[in-house]
Amino acid sequence: MAELTYREAVAAGIAQEMRRDENVVFLGEDIGAAGGVFKATVGLFEEFGPRRIRDTPISEQAILGAAMGAAMTGLKPIAEIMFSDFLAVCWDIVANEIAKARYMTDGQITLPLVIRTANGAGSRFGAQHSQSVENWAMAIPGIKVVAPAFPADVKGLIAAAVRDPDPVLVFEQKSLYPFKGEVPDGELVDQLGKAKVLRHGKDCTIVALALMVHRALAAAEILEREHGISCTVVDVRSLVPLDTVTILAEVAKTGRLVTIEENPRLCGWGAEIASIVADEIFWDLDGPIIRITTPHIPLPSADQLEDNTIPSVERVVREIREKID
Amino acid sequence: MDTTKPMTLGYDIRLELYRLQLDLRYCEKRAYDLFLQNLIKGTSHLSLGQEAIAAAFGVAMRPDDLTFCTYRGHAHTLARGASMEGVLGELMGRECGLLGGKGGSMHLTDVSKGAMGSYAIIGAHLPVAAGAAWSAQYRGSGQVTVCFFGDGTTNIGAFHEALNFAVIWKLPVIFVCENNLYMEYTPISSVTAVEHPAADRAGAYGLEKIVVDGNDADAVYRTAVQYLERARSGGGPALIECMTYRHSGHSRADPGQYRPPGELDRWLERDPLKIYRERLLGLGIVEATLNDLEAESMRKVDAATETAKASPAPAVSEIDKNVWADGSTAWRN
Repeated sequence: MAELTYREAVAAGIAQEMRRDENVVFLGEDIGAAGGVFKATVGLFEEFGPRRIRDTPISEQAILGAAMGAAMTGLKPIAEIMFSDFLAVCWDIVANEIAKARYMTDGQITLPLVIRTANGAGSRFGAQHSQSVENWAMAIPGIKVVAPAFPADVKGLIAAAVRDPDPVLVFEQKSLYPFKGEVPDGELVDQLGKAKVLRHGKDCTIVALALMVHRALAAAEILEREHGISCTVVDVRSLVPLDTVTILAEVAKTGRLVTIEENPRLCGWGAEIASIVADEIFWDLDGPIIRITTPHIPLPSADQLEDNTIPSVERVVREIREKID
Repeated sequence: MDTTKPMTLGYDIRLELYRLQLDLRYCEKRAYDLFLQNLIKGTSHLSLGQEAIAAAFGVAMRPDDLTFCTYRGHAHTLARGASMEGVLGELMGRECGLLGGKGGSMHLTDVSKGAMGSYAIIGAHLPVAAGAAWSAQYRGSGQVTVCFFGDGTTNIGAFHEALNFAVIWKLPVIFVCENNLYMEYTPISSVTAVEHPAADRAGAYGLEKIVVDGNDADAVYRTAVQYLERARSGGGPALIECMTYRHSGHSRADPGQYRPPGELDRWLERDPLKIYRERLLGLGIVEATLNDLEAESMRKVDAATETAKASPAPAVSEIDKNVWADGSTAWRN
């Protein structure tokens, strides 16, 4: 068991798959010689060279278009979009082309490709470099969507994404890049579509994603220790496919659902989970569903403003205390 | 096997060019007729008048080369060898359609023939074509990718991103602009900074300016062979602007009334099939040979029409298939 940072786990996952399969190639802006703007791809260029690690111009449509064209003709490309906000620049390629090619051609085209991107707030970058846009992707049929919270999940889910025959969008949480965690030695391949139960409680079930998983765990500690409220914490990990079996089972056990979402309020993934829970296990609920989200605003940049915008540990504790007690 | 096509236009190549242009013309006309009979729904963008370009590349390309085209892509897909009943069946929404009824007119694809898709968002397929060329280069397959698009595409960002990308990586891809003078309804010249919307931009990417008579199948064929071979041997991409004209409107909904009086008539005089027939007769090919080719092509279109008409509608159960590689549409467990 080695301790890796979240960013080291990114490079470890990519390297593991590139060593295994010559058809895995990697392209993006500043990913090669520079090692990535978040230093998440350090060492790959040195190990695999410029034929397989391709620095590109600032041309997001070309990056994802090239990944698509390569994927439909035998390669397994990993493409990096530096900030998830930039997906808006190439959303046509994601939403109209990559996501639809297989269905529109009735299965003639298969796209085994991975899009990695740095997502989320906490770095004071302002509204165009801090968004949580996983809901954009979740809304489009034809793309799988994962968002790991821990280094081991980063490595394992990147490996699973590369081996998956369908397009997978991997949202890496940029504020978690320095976070350290245990990563098992040897080959690590996780499974898409599996949530993880990180903590068992009896009063409510918190369902969270990426950075919010860490806040949920911290809040659960405080709620247990100081307020006698015991919480289950489920790390969703994969939005598409969505592990509704685990989520429904864990919500049914406690009778309460709390979602913690970094995304703005409207159409957040938590709303979809709330809808499924209300549809399918309404009679197991003991009280209203609680959604804790970022307000429906563009993200501000100043410390004080950003910290009071995305859900904090204190806010999670407060809202659960007020609504569950 | 050396499948390289010769630069010189012998008897066989010329008859093949004529035969293919006939197939594209008759099949496209049939699509129009089926629309009028309400057997084809949705929209459709016909290539009538532009057949020489798709046909010339179709004859010049190697069987394993790759084609990317637009929503005006019936001809390009047929030119790679996709079946007429597959194309007409898809337009008619029948089970025998190339895409089983899931794509329709604007998304014709036949991967088994190297027809890698028809893309209905302007410009999107240029970077995709570059990616397929990157893959061919990486795998050392010797395949060349040909990407067709209209004049309107030259003013969208993806066109410029893809060209730069293809040049810096020296990719085996040929970008073919079919300049038919109109985007949809608006003349391309009225909204573009240069006279030749594609060719005049080539220099910005270190490419040569190439303008070809797109209604002359021989001229397009010679150009195609030249740049296909250059790309195949590692010489990198090319951008070719073919001047042409569509005889019909932009789409089913467009009667083309924005065109000045007399313009269509002048271009009908330069109809690629008319030009080619006269050329073959001038070269001494007997008219009976051409009549036979024309009759045979019409028989094929008739047979394909009947096959497509007889094909059932796709089963409703097909709706829930093929989002994912495992054949399913499941997004949850």
